[in-house]
Amino acid sequence: MMPPEPQAPLLRISALTKRFGGFTALDSVSVDIRPGERFGLIGPNGSGKTTLINCISGAFRTEAGTVVFRDEDITRLQPHMRTRRGIARSFQIPRPFRSMTVAENLMVALDFAANELASVAHRRETMMSILTRMGLASKANVSATKLSQVELRKMELARAMATHPKLLISDEAMAGLSSSEVDEVLDLLMSLADQDITIIMIEHIMQAVMRFSDRVMCLDAGKIIAIGTPTEVMANQRVQEAYLGT
Amino acid sequence: MNRNGIFFWIGTALFLGAALLMTQVIGNQYPFFAGYVILQFMVLAVAWSILGGYAGYVNFGTSAFFGMGVYTAVFLFKSFGAPLAAQIAAAAAVGAVMGFALGLLTLRMQGIFFSIATIALTIVIETSITNWRYVGGAAGIQLQRPLVTEPFNNYVQMLFFVQALLVVLAVAISRYIQNSWMGRGLQALKDDELAAECTGVPTLRLKLMACVISGALMCAAGAPAAMYLQYADPSSAFNLNYSVSVLAMSLIGGTAHWAGPVVGAILLGTTQQLLTVTISSEVNVLVLGMMLVVFVVAAPEGIIGLIRKVRRNRNGGEA
Repeated sequence: MMPPEPQAPLLRISALTKRFGGFTALDSVSVDIRPGERFGLIGPNGSGKTTLINCISGAFRTEAGTVVFRDEDITRLQPHMRTRRGIARSFQIPRPFRSMTVAENLMVALDFAANELASVAHRRETMMSILTRMGLASKANVSATKLSQVELRKMELARAMATHPKLLISDEAMAGLSSSEVDEVLDLLMSLADQDITIIMIEHIMQAVMRFSDRVMCLDAGKIIAIGTPTEVMANQRVQEAYLGT
Repeated sequence: MNRNGIFFWIGTALFLGAALLMTQVIGNQYPFFAGYVILQFMVLAVAWSILGGYAGYVNFGTSAFFGMGVYTAVFLFKSFGAPLAAQIAAAAAVGAVMGFALGLLTLRMQGIFFSIATIALTIVIETSITNWRYVGGAAGIQLQRPLVTEPFNNYVQMLFFVQALLVVLAVAISRYIQNSWMGRGLQALKDDELAAECTGVPTLRLKLMACVISGALMCAAGAPAAMYLQYADPSSAFNLNYSVSVLAMSLIGGTAHWAGPVVGAILLGTTQQLLTVTISSEVNVLVLGMMLVVFVVAAPEGIIGLIRKVRRNRNGGEA
């Protein structure tokens, strides 16, 4: 296999369309995500951000268009096959495995998604190192139902990390957190991005998006209305209209 | 092997040893007649829990699998005079195929829809067998037991021991699944299918595997019933009571651990046998229903859940 060219996109979305009955949630969306990029995805409520994420991670089947990840067409793959190829995500409303402890939540990812045949001891070690990095080491043996909101968010990111992703999609991981907690999660995402993980971040908190992103894309009513550097996008007339509703 | 594993295998060896010893010492036939039924329910409940407990897919089709086991044995015995071991092995194969087919057709449905589909399965299969003259049709079929094999001196005693072997097989498989990657995957998909998929769990494949294993064990448990009763007819082989009893046993015992359905089957199975002797077999159903209600309200996670809770509270108190 040839190594991908330096400028080849990690993820290429072409003319992606998703309809729910008569409602078009995504209308021919095309975008390339570059390797190592920190990509912010913004847009008003109902603009199609989460739908786009669901189409990338495989939770939804699309009507038209393709998703190509590392030069492979994954449009028709089931979600778990995409996870194994390196696409991980968190959920807007956290979806922990409730009957398990935090450690067991991560072990699911290590059992099923991590490619190498690691020994149990090695997997435990990996799990603990991820938990430590996420600041959850002390919660390893706590039931997932006993976590606070910020801990749940972190656990979702930790579980996603345990799948060894190349692309991590964070769906409003900071929603409903206090400002110090937002900084905490943002720092975590930044540190992950420094380790060659490409990150797509959906977020409503603008300071976080501005601080985090190399590039920002704004969706409105299923269409891309702006894409560029954070300052460019924020200055864009249509973005301001979409947000302020003028 | 860890310490738990050693205890487990010592336990099963003792269990089998005791079953074998019983057949050699006890002369009275009644304990074997009654014990056989309890053991049979243990296999069914453990098998049911692999799909119903670990994966959370409630299967009302236990009687379909059980009945198919009975009729696989009937067919093989009538056509080829096949020995008991062959009847059971073939029934397991039939059950696996049936589980696979059922899974493919229905496991994309979730919750109640899957359950309804499994009831439909029972009705379809029962109707087919009822109209199959070769295996007796609606009137049923009489079977003549062959001679018993050494060291047993009575056919029912042998069936009792065979069913005990099936219990060990079922429990060993269930325990293995629970402690393996497969159990973790099933538990994850039971909690949240989408999150499981996005964590790399191949949910459909795991559910299919659970359905195949569960179906094979249920069918295998049904196979010796033909020789046990020396008679088979569709309305008793496919009796919905099997589905209901097995479900109740699993839920009352608790489905989060392999031991739950074992405890539930022993408890309910024994109660049923005692009631049948002392009052009447009709009271069974009443008692079953009442126990189910009591447990659903008071201990929704079954006896195993109750024990865990008590333990946790005690540990919590110390800390």
